[in-house]
Amino acid sequence: MSNVLIVCEVKNAEPKKSTLELLSKGKEIAGALGGSLSAVAIGSGLGGFADKVAPYGAAKVYVADGAAEYSTEGFTKIIADAVAKDGAGVVLFSAGSQGKDLAPRLAARLEAAFATDCVDIGVDGGKVTVKRPVFAGKAFAHIAMEGSPAVVGLRPNSFPVAEPAGGTAETVALPADFGDVKAKVVEVVAGESSRPDLTEAERIVSGGRAMKEAANFKILEELADVIGATVGASRAAVDSGYAPQSRQVGQTGKTVNPVLYMAFGISGAIQHLAGMRTSKVIVAVNKDPEAPIFQKADYGIVADLFEVVPKMTEEFKKLLAEG
Amino acid sequence: MHIVVLCKQVPDTESRIKLNADGTGFDMEGIKWILNPYDEYAVEEALKIKEAGKAEKVTVMGLGPDRIVEALRTALAMGADAAVHVKTGEDTGDTSSVAKALADAVKAQDAGLVLAGCRAIDDDMFAVPCMVAEYLGVGQAHVVSKLEVDGGKAKAWRDIDGGAKQVIEMALPGVVTATKGLNEPRYASLPGIMKAKRKPVEVVEPAAGGAKAKLVKCSLPAERAAGRVFEGVESVPEVVRLLREEAKVI
Ligand SMILES: Cc1cc2nc3c(=O)[nH]c(=O)nc-3n(C[C@H](O)[C@H](O)[C@H](O)COP(=O)(O)OP(=O)(O)OC[C@H]3O[C@@H](n4cnc5c(N)ncnc54)[C@H](O)[C@@H]3O)c2cc1C
Ligand SMILES: Cc1cc2nc3c(=O)[nH]c(=O)nc-3n(C[C@H](O)[C@H](O)[C@H](O)COP(=O)(O)OP(=O)(O)OC[C@H]3O[C@@H](n4cnc5c(N)ncnc54)[C@H](O)[C@@H]3O)c2cc1C
Repeated sequence: MSNVLIVCEVKNAEPKKSTLELLSKGKEIAGALGGSLSAVAIGSGLGGFADKVAPYGAAKVYVADGAAEYSTEGFTKIIADAVAKDGAGVVLFSAGSQGKDLAPRLAARLEAAFATDCVDIGVDGGKVTVKRPVFAGKAFAHIAMEGSPAVVGLRPNSFPVAEPAGGTAETVALPADFGDVKAKVVEVVAGESSRPDLTEAERIVSGGRAMKEAANFKILEELADVIGATVGASRAAVDSGYAPQSRQVGQTGKTVNPVLYMAFGISGAIQHLAGMRTSKVIVAVNKDPEAPIFQKADYGIVADLFEVVPKMTEEFKKLLAEG
Repeated sequence: MHIVVLCKQVPDTESRIKLNADGTGFDMEGIKWILNPYDEYAVEEALKIKEAGKAEKVTVMGLGPDRIVEALRTALAMGADAAVHVKTGEDTGDTSSVAKALADAVKAQDAGLVLAGCRAIDDDMFAVPCMVAEYLGVGQAHVVSKLEVDGGKAKAWRDIDGGAKQVIEMALPGVVTATKGLNEPRYASLPGIMKAKRKPVEVVEPAAGGAKAKLVKCSLPAERAAGRVFEGVESVPEVVRLLREEAKVI
């Protein structure tokens, strides 16, 4: 028997979608281990937070209300406290930018078994096992978590969100006390985009070197607005100054996992594929019928992107207007 | 100040990956090995801090079998002063044991700053340096694209979601991990490569630590089924329709 504890990510006092993914999968794992599902949330204005995660199966919610800023060390301290109180044998994180920072720190503090960016998790003979991409998605490693607790990060968009059901959760208040902190967040500089981060986006439209200049990304923004996508770029586009570094997809950029990835004027170099090969559906638009990206695409169009993008925007608009 | 830079040797990004005969590991025969690209940013940043007169010495440190000394030599050829080889077999253990062995070796160095890559492009855990920070009991700034070091303090700009940045102020010693955008790594010059051959490489044996996360099996992804390719802008309405009706993604 082993409890599962979800580490929530909170935005404007609401659980992020990635947190609902964790709860949905976590409930299944807790069931298989014969334990219960709990969650821990840190932030401010978390008054009714338990009610927001209870429908996804959390029976107990540890809430540290009154933490204004993020802090690696502070959050680690509070989560470690929740793990101890809960007696959790499995701690689940979302492997987004916050989870990547926190999960290893917590694992080291707890002397836990650790694996992250997992695309599958299950229970085998009472042991948690995970599957995670290695070598830029060219292979998978299957890892058995031998130690307890096990700290596991799940790749965003890898698990469906369950239908919310009824249910209530008990709130356990934790002090929002960071303790002695050596690295402190002194400022947050807002990004250029209010869209979801690439790592969590469900739809992505990316432009490559063929975009020719930064101003041309405007046509991708327009398409993205219509279908609710986040804009990405190849390294060639970033290094040429057409797009900011935060948009780069690939081996030296973000690893993304959307349901729809559209590549415009991207040749499909192995280092680009490294970042987007797990996308559910890939669309490629390229002038060159021999471009390697077509071998990975579910739907390809051999044409000039400057003709295709505006046409697509128009067609999607029509389609979505139909409802 | 003494800066230690963690450097991992990884397969070249173009490498073809094959499973071993029983599927419990990978066949690394014929792989071309390189210094992890993110660690190049870390080495470059350390050299820049030293050149600005804010550090006296840059030591590069790697954990792995004998072949990894080649990656350490690459960093020495860029300009690092000395290297530490934490010597293991081909099986390096799990993330925690790697981090613990590195942290132990760092403790022996009296480092004011530990720089590392934010991720190794092969195992991709984004984790070792954060664990090292915890084992050392110091602060961390993970995934950093701008860094200022002054006196006993560092100011680091962390890349977070959607292009936003978190600015971290940290008392040193501390751990900072580099991402693309931090700098442009220099190439090793020919004299640099010659000099690197004579620079010291200290070998340390880590205390044995068992893996708590055990690799049990390896597999390859299913090939994506060949898709359909359409000609010309005229096909856009058809593709848009298929995305809704067949792929159901809109
Ligand atoms: C260590 C390392 C790490 C790397 N990391 C990354 C990474 O993280 N991400 C990444 O993307 N790359 C990365 N790269 C670079 C990668 O190898 C490629 O150079 C890069 O992906 C190419 O970008 P591109 O496809 O935009 O450009 P190109 O390869 O130049 O392709 C442009 C494409 O646009 C097409 N085209 C031109 N005009 C039009 C038009 N009007 N309409 C339609 N199509 C058109 C062309 O036919 C061509 O296929 C890395 C390389 C190395 C060595
Ligand atoms: C034969 C073999 C067997 C393995 N078995 C297991 C296993 O059973 N379980 C398991 O969890 N993992 C296993 N691994 C993976 C291995 O332990 C990883 O290297 C470890 O998990 C570290 O994670 P990472 O490489 O993803 O580093 P990341 O955390 O992504 O690395 C970030 C940064 O940390 C530094 N760093 C990381 N590793 C080193 C290093 N070795 N030397 C110097 N600096 C470093 C670098 O600066 C790097 O940029 C195995 C690997 C091999 C080759």
